[in-house]
Amino acid sequence: MTAMTQPAWAPGLGARIRWGVSDTLTLTRRSLLVWLRTPAYLVFTVIQPVMFVLLFRFVFGGAIPVAVQGGYTEFLLPGIIAQTAAFATFGTAIVLAQELKKGVIDRLKSMPIARSAVLTGRLTADTGRMLVTILIIVGVGYAVGFRFLNGFGPALAMVVLATVFGVAIACIAAFTGLAIGDEESVQAFGLIWLFPLTFVSSAFVPIATMPGWLQAFANHNPVTFVVNAMRAMAIGGPLEPTLWPNLWRSVIWLAGIFVVFLPLAVRAYKRAS
Amino acid sequence: MSQVNGVGEQPAILVEGLTKSFGEVHALRGIDLSVPRGTVLGVLGPNGAGKTTAVRILTTLLLPDGGRAVVEGHDVVREAAAVRRSIGLAGQSAAIQEELTGRENLQIIGRLYHLSRPETRSRAAELLEQFGLSDAADRTAKTYSGGMQRRLDLAASLVGRPHVLFLDEPTTGLDPRARLGMWDVIRSLAAGGTTLLLTTQYLDEADELADEIVVIDHGLVIAAGTSEELKNRIGGDVIEFTVPDRSQIADAVKAIAPIGEGEPHADLETGVVSVGAGGNGSDALIEAVRGLDAAGVVTRGLALRRPSLDDVFMALTGHAAEEELVKGDGEAGGGRRRGSRGRRRAGDEETVRAAS
Repeated sequence: MTAMTQPAWAPGLGARIRWGVSDTLTLTRRSLLVWLRTPAYLVFTVIQPVMFVLLFRFVFGGAIPVAVQGGYTEFLLPGIIAQTAAFATFGTAIVLAQELKKGVIDRLKSMPIARSAVLTGRLTADTGRMLVTILIIVGVGYAVGFRFLNGFGPALAMVVLATVFGVAIACIAAFTGLAIGDEESVQAFGLIWLFPLTFVSSAFVPIATMPGWLQAFANHNPVTFVVNAMRAMAIGGPLEPTLWPNLWRSVIWLAGIFVVFLPLAVRAYKRAS
Repeated sequence: MSQVNGVGEQPAILVEGLTKSFGEVHALRGIDLSVPRGTVLGVLGPNGAGKTTAVRILTTLLLPDGGRAVVEGHDVVREAAAVRRSIGLAGQSAAIQEELTGRENLQIIGRLYHLSRPETRSRAAELLEQFGLSDAADRTAKTYSGGMQRRLDLAASLVGRPHVLFLDEPTTGLDPRARLGMWDVIRSLAAGGTTLLLTTQYLDEADELADEIVVIDHGLVIAAGTSEELKNRIGGDVIEFTVPDRSQIADAVKAIAPIGEGEPHADLETGVVSVGAGGNGSDALIEAVRGLDAAGVVTRGLALRRPSLDDVFMALTGHAAEEELVKGDGEAGGGRRRGSRGRRRAGDEETVRAAS
C-alpha cells in the first residue's frame, strides 16, 4: 500500500473554506432549532434577563445613588446587558458538555465535516441567541425609562461591544464545557467564576461604594472596562472622556481572551472523547 | 461493483497489532482483525474488553499507540479524512437530536455530507421509508420509542452511503421486540453488501448476525472463527441439568466429573450444572444418569444440548460474558451467572490471531 501514502482526495483551500462555512451554518441552524423547540431553555434565556432588569431597576434601584444623567436606569442597562451576554454562555458550556457525554460530538467527528464546525457552529448559534436577548433587554429597558442618549451609531457600537464580549466569554465557557465534560460540574463551575466576575465590577453599582480590597479587583476587572465603555457609548455627554481609556483596555482584554481561550477550546475539542 | 485500483482484493478492514493504553489501563494489547468486503464481523466481549476502544480507533476518534489499522485501503491515522468519507458509525447512545423531527435529523446529516438540497430531501425520505419511520418522520425524535430512536440513529449513519459500517452495541438497552426489529434491519444491510463491524456483549446477537466472530477479552483476541467453529472448539454437546437442592451440587459435580471432557461447571446461585459431553453425547448422557442416580442426586431438566456461545465464552475466559457488566442497566439480568469465576480455568488462554 505504499502507493496510498498520498491522500486519495485533497480539496483545495477554497473548497475547504466553503465547506467549513456550510458545515458551520448547518450546525448553527440545528442549534437554533433546538433552542426554539425547548420552551424551558427559551424561557430561561428571555425571562431571566428581563427579571434581572426589573429587579434591579425597582428593588435595588432606589437604594443605589449614581452620578449619571438619567439616574440608575441609565446606569443599569449597559451593565445588565454585559452581564446577560456573559451569563448566556452558561448555555454554551452546558450544551457542549451534554453533547460530549451523549456521544453527539463523537458522531460528528466520525463524519467528513470541517473539524472546526462543531465549535464555530455552537458559537455562531449562541451569538445569535445572545443578540436576541440583548435586544429584548433594550426593549424592556425602554419600557422602564432607559434611553440611548448618544445617538444611533454609538448605541449600535454598544451592542457590538457587548456581543464581542459575550463571544469572548463563550470561548472560555466552551473550553470549560469541553474540558470538564460533565453538565452539573460545568454549571457549578460557571456560577463560581461568572458571578464574581460580573458582580464585582461596575455593572450594577459604582465601584466607589465597595470596600477597598474589592475595589482593587473591580478596578482591574475586564467586565468593568467593557461596561464603562458601553455606558460611555450609550449615555455619552459627561461620560465621553471615559470612552477611550476603557475601550482600548477592553479591546486588549478581549483580544487576550480570544488568543488564550480559543486555542484552548479547540484543543479541548480535539481531545474530547 | 466497481473496484478502485486493486483495492477490491483487500479486506475492508485490516487491523494489525493494534495497541492502546489509557495510563495504566491496557485497553488493547495487540489485536489483529481482518474483515472481508461485504461480510459481518461480530466483535464479542464483556464491558471493558476493549471493543469500544477498537471501534473508536477504526472510526478515527482515537489515535492508537501502536500497530496499524486500514479501512477501505486508507490508514486510520495518516488518511483519517479519507476513512471518514467511507465509514458510518452508529453507537450505543442515540446521537440524534431529540428536539428535531426524524426528517430534520437526517436532513441535517445530509447537509453535513454536502448533498444538494433535493438530494438531501430524497435521501432522508428514502431512509425513513427503509427503516419504517415514514409515519413518524415529522414528529420530534423525543416522542420515538427506544427502538425507533435506534433505527433513526442507524439511518443517520447511512446518509453518506458508507461502504463500511461500525455498529457499537446497536441493541444495548432495547427491549426484546425492538431488538429483533434491529436485527432485521442489520441483516438487510448486510444483505445489501455493506461491510459491517458489530460489537456486542450478547452472544446470541453475534450468533445471529455475524459471519465471523472474534472474542475479545482484556484487550486481546482470544478466539476467532465462525459461530460453528467456536462451538466445536469446546468439544461436542453439553450435558446440562438443574439441582434444586443446592446442598447436592457438590455431589452432582463429583458424579459427573469422570464424564466427557473438561471439568463440570456449576452455578451455585441457579443450581445449573453443565459439562462438555465429548465425542459421543448419548453415551455420556447415559453415564451421567447412572452416576447421578448412584449418588442420589435429584435433578431437573437433564438434557443434552448444542453448545451456546455462552459455553464457548466460559471455556475461553473462565468467566461468563456478562459477568463484568458493571454499568448495570438491568440488561444482563436474565443470563447472569455469578460465583463461577475461577472455578473453571479452562486453560484455553492462548491467544488466537484472527487475521487470515
